[in-house]
Amino acid sequence: MSEHIVYPRVYIAIFFVLMVGTVLTVLAAFQDFPGPLNAVVALTIAVIKATFVVLYFMHVRYSGRLVWLVIASALFWLAIMFALTISDYSSRSWMPI
Amino acid sequence: MPEGLATTHDEHAAHSALQHHFENMEQQREAGTLGMWVFLVTEIMFFGGMFLAYTLYRYKYPGAFAAASNHLDIKLGAINTVVLIVSSFTMAMAVFTTQVGRRKASIIYLIATMVLGLAFLGIKAVEYREKYHDSLIPGQLIPGRPFNPEVAKHGDTDPKKLHLPEGVSVRHVEMFYWIYFAMTGMHALHMIIGEGIMLVILIMAVRRRFSPEYHAPVEITGLYWHFVDIVWIFLFPLLYLLGRHMEGHM
Repeated sequence: MSEHIVYPRVYIAIFFVLMVGTVLTVLAAFQDFPGPLNAVVALTIAVIKATFVVLYFMHVRYSGRLVWLVIASALFWLAIMFALTISDYSSRSWMPI
Repeated sequence: MPEGLATTHDEHAAHSALQHHFENMEQQREAGTLGMWVFLVTEIMFFGGMFLAYTLYRYKYPGAFAAASNHLDIKLGAINTVVLIVSSFTMAMAVFTTQVGRRKASIIYLIATMVLGLAFLGIKAVEYREKYHDSLIPGQLIPGRPFNPEVAKHGDTDPKKLHLPEGVSVRHVEMFYWIYFAMTGMHALHMIIGEGIMLVILIMAVRRRFSPEYHAPVEITGLYWHFVDIVWIFLFPLLYLLGRHMEGHM
């Protein structure tokens, strides 16, 4: 697998995606969505922005499987840390101690 | 193949930057990239712990977190977000120009990235100074200046004061500021380290150390810089924007 060169027009396109995402997240923050939707919208935009940075600025789209595996393992263990900790804290009030 | 035979290098003369334990430049570059990603995994887990602490305390004290977040300067936060995104773009361009051997352009992009990074840190310092003036530095981090913000009374609209909804404790606002300073402080430390790495890379570029065949250090520095940008992409909405939609109800 030889090195893949990402050309400036791709970088410029990603740059505009990130700028639009930033404007959208600020605008959305001032709208009063029902329930926890504000946090959901903000995090969705952040995840989309981060994905574009990882795939294009960090060349992961053109990287080998080993790099994908390493990133997937990071997200997997991050999910374990969040899931187990949050399930602990959110269920503590279920049983009187 | 017996050792000592340079048959693996016979297509091109071995590049001077090729370490003896690698077969060729491509294998060396890929190994370096993979190693950097493994390091970034540890960084993801490190920042992940702080994001988890943020999640738990926000879940516990939603009113205090929204009020404290609304007190942050959204304009400076948004400007810094834009500054970091532009710096990520110039970093990506520094990698590209190095890959195609445009040394002068790559030096300009590296300097631009460093200047933008310093601009970010400068704006962050202005924000920290405001927090100092408003006595919003948590605990006794600054000796003689404990956490003691002015809380607005009912009907007072002075934006310099802290506006708390009914039943919200200023102690829980302090918790937000612990997390705010821990996360933005660690992020700023990463930026400062990034500036140092970038300076080394810049000096190497000026000394003509990089070429289309050898530019892994620039690429790996780029990975680090973009990672720090991603951390901010999450910090900005979580710290600065989370309570804005509730401002009318406070």
